[in-house]
Amino acid sequence: MYSEKVMDHFTSPRNVGEIENADGIGEVGNAKCGDIMKIYLKIENDIIKDVKFKTFGCGAAVATSSIATEMIKGKTIEEALKLTNKAVVEALDGLPPQKIHCSVLAEEAVKAAIEDYKKKHNKQ
Amino acid sequence: MNKRIYLDHSATTKVKPEVLEEMLPVYTEYYGNPSSIYSFGREAKKLVDQARMRVAKALGALPEEIFFTAGGSESDNWVLKGVSYANKNRGNHIITTSIEHHAVLHTCEQLEKEGFEVTYLPVDNYGMIRIEDLKAAITDKTILISIMYANNEIGTIQPIEEIGKIAKERNIYFHTDAVQAIGNVKIDVKAQNIDMLSLSAHKFYGPKGVGALYIRKGTKIANLITGGGQERGRRAGTENVPGIVGLGKAIELATENIDSYNEKLLKLRTKLINGVMEKIPYTRLNGHPEKRLPGNANFCFEYIEGESLLLNLDMKGIAASSGSACTSGSLDPSHVLLAIGLPHEIAHGSLRLTLGDENTEEDVDYVLEVLPEIVQRLRDMSPLYEKVKGGK
Repeated sequence: MYSEKVMDHFTSPRNVGEIENADGIGEVGNAKCGDIMKIYLKIENDIIKDVKFKTFGCGAAVATSSIATEMIKGKTIEEALKLTNKAVVEALDGLPPQKIHCSVLAEEAVKAAIEDYKKKHNKQ
Repeated sequence: MNKRIYLDHSATTKVKPEVLEEMLPVYTEYYGNPSSIYSFGREAKKLVDQARMRVAKALGALPEEIFFTAGGSESDNWVLKGVSYANKNRGNHIITTSIEHHAVLHTCEQLEKEGFEVTYLPVDNYGMIRIEDLKAAITDKTILISIMYANNEIGTIQPIEEIGKIAKERNIYFHTDAVQAIGNVKIDVKAQNIDMLSLSAHKFYGPKGVGALYIRKGTKIANLITGGGQERGRRAGTENVPGIVGLGKAIELATENIDSYNEKLLKLRTKLINGVMEKIPYTRLNGHPEKRLPGNANFCFEYIEGESLLLNLDMKGIAASSGSACTSGSLDPSHVLLAIGLPHEIAHGSLRLTLGDENTEEDVDYVLEVLPEIVQRLRDMSPLYEKVKGGK
């Protein structure tokens, strides 16, 4: 059902955890639907220095959060905002059709965290 | 992975060697068509008749009241459609429950589109129907009551005898989907006033793709599968003779050994449930504490999601199932867990472990060693759990 890449990110998720005094936090999804993703960002000079996540959800939800954090780490916030769910799916060598929404959540979580950063730092 | 533990016996079971042994020569030696008049056919016919006797004996029915089908879903379809169509002149109302298998629920939905009316009885927090609700739902248009014997997810066993009594008093047909009950619960269709009963061989160590429907003599029911004159003109299609032979042997073994099987499973289940409840906080047991299938344990672990749990267990060699949305193939978690009043977010974190023949105390010990770690790891990753730890 899942690609090896998905299983790899599910079994050894990268960047799990929280960042104390994070510069931006994004939380999307809801418990009722069975998926919540929370992404924490540490940003210096508009560059994502560190990123952590916490996820409540299925295997695909964990894997998409994990790979999304890898894909934006070290990038500028402008670059990170260009992350699409399609890119997340491709990086994982595909997802089953009913799990595509997990990749959408990952994209949304990254955007929400950056929005939060911009709001807190009057960058809008 | 070296260790593999199968804990999903409500999904399906392994064919017992004694069952397979009786089935094999049917493929290669007694392969005749039971409808043929020559010796090959007569041999096959004899095997089908013997299997019918065994099923009848296991249920306390007459052999002529047993009809072989392709499994539980066909049997359920046959009852619901067959009774509805044949008794239209008497009424158009069916009573069932909100926790039935989809073979019943989806068939009822189809019948509703055709103009039949269906009452879905609610259940209490343990998954039991209330007899008062059943009595209140009966109208003079009610033609069928279809209530499962034991639930496939949470294992709760319904008050079948009481339901049978009420149905008889009110002169309404009573069907029970006993797919999960055979071999776990003692059944006597006459004493329990059951008019129709569905069963499926692969749930009690028989082969897949074969089941049966008991239909009490005199029941008005239309055919579902039309065609040739097999099964005394009631169910067309060349008999699945090897499967039927396997079903016959499997039900014989399942009912002969019911007491020792129950005792064994109950011991393991008690250890499993007590161990899980002790070792893992924020856990609830779903289903009735006592009136449940002997091998069934169903839990909800708060703040985590079922599919992640199953994948982790699988990596440790443990086969289990869950009622989370991600495993149900829809956006909602299991209809059974919602029906017993669990909120969505809790129902997503369900785990069903169903014990069987080959499980041992060591298997339970292994689960009790591995499961708490997995749950904790997933909780540590869950944004919902942070809030709990934070004292919120």
